[in-house]
Amino acid sequence: MVTNQASIKRNGVQDYVSLRATAFIIAIYTFFLAGFFITTEEITFEVWQGLFSGLAMKVFTLAALVSIMIHVRIGLWQVLTDYVKPAGVRAIIQYVLNIIAFVYVAVGLFVLWGV
Amino acid sequence: MQLTFSVYRYNPEVDNAPRMQDYTLDVEEGQDMMVLDALLLLKEQDPTLSFRRSCREGVCGSDGVNMNGKNGLACITPLSALGKGKVVIRPLPGLPVVRDLVVDMTQFYTQYEKIKPFLINDDKQPPAREHLQSPEERAKLDGLYECILCACCSTSCPSFWWNPDKFVGPAGLLHAYRFLIDSRDTATDERLNDLDDAFSVFRCHGIMNCVSVCPKGLNPTKAIGQIKSMLLQRAV
Repeated sequence: MVTNQASIKRNGVQDYVSLRATAFIIAIYTFFLAGFFITTEEITFEVWQGLFSGLAMKVFTLAALVSIMIHVRIGLWQVLTDYVKPAGVRAIIQYVLNIIAFVYVAVGLFVLWGV
Repeated sequence: MQLTFSVYRYNPEVDNAPRMQDYTLDVEEGQDMMVLDALLLLKEQDPTLSFRRSCREGVCGSDGVNMNGKNGLACITPLSALGKGKVVIRPLPGLPVVRDLVVDMTQFYTQYEKIKPFLINDDKQPPAREHLQSPEERAKLDGLYECILCACCSTSCPSFWWNPDKFVGPAGLLHAYRFLIDSRDTATDERLNDLDDAFSVFRCHGIMNCVSVCPKGLNPTKAIGQIKSMLLQRAV
């Protein structure tokens, strides 16, 4: 009906599944961190560093960051196609926002690397 | 008792911009009436006031308007349901205004046409009299076929406001699902192919404005969810 060309080759089903799959990981990560803050009596630098020093936590954090990037990419494309009608302006905004989303992942990766 | 109204007025041939016009109506103390009855009385005061109406009993879907911020049919919405104070009546939001409360529904009908709102059956040997359905098969159409295309749902949907050319909208999708699950229809795959893109169905984010305003008490969000499931099951 609406061709792939018109939707910049986005796939409705794929976006629908990706949004929910990434939202699930982001939610689990949020609950995990909330649980950590609630159950830990005193959070010192050592405790905080200890949390992120395990490989599992590093993988979990990276998965959450990548999920945020994918979620943002699809979500903002939807928001921008709603509110920004000139295609050129939309493409530029989308490009900048996608770079910012990638920067979060890159910074997160290097921070995790250093722990 | 004096009722006050603020009605959207716009005649593109004369006015530079739309305006809200205040009216008052004297009614007996404690008397209730439908918004359409009030509009008809206002039209007696001011014959230039324009709006659509036909059956005046919630069947034809002509008099969809926005009353105190919520879409509905003027003929089955009592004034008492709108609370006390001034009643603000505007045209259905999102569609171009032809005049006053009359909107141009071309975009709405274009989306409706897209979903092929008719039974497609390519059986080589059609039955002699009619396509029979079991009571269970027929029951699946309940809650879908009752839609009267008043456009209250689609014009309350932000996704339809922003993308009326690409998103089919709740009314069109309710009808699409009505044919997708009809046991007599053989074009299920073709219909799903037509809907399988990023806009037609998936622009629905499930905010349920459509359910909240449907004057027939239907649930387009549920039907859209079913279409999404059908598309998903085909893809995995």
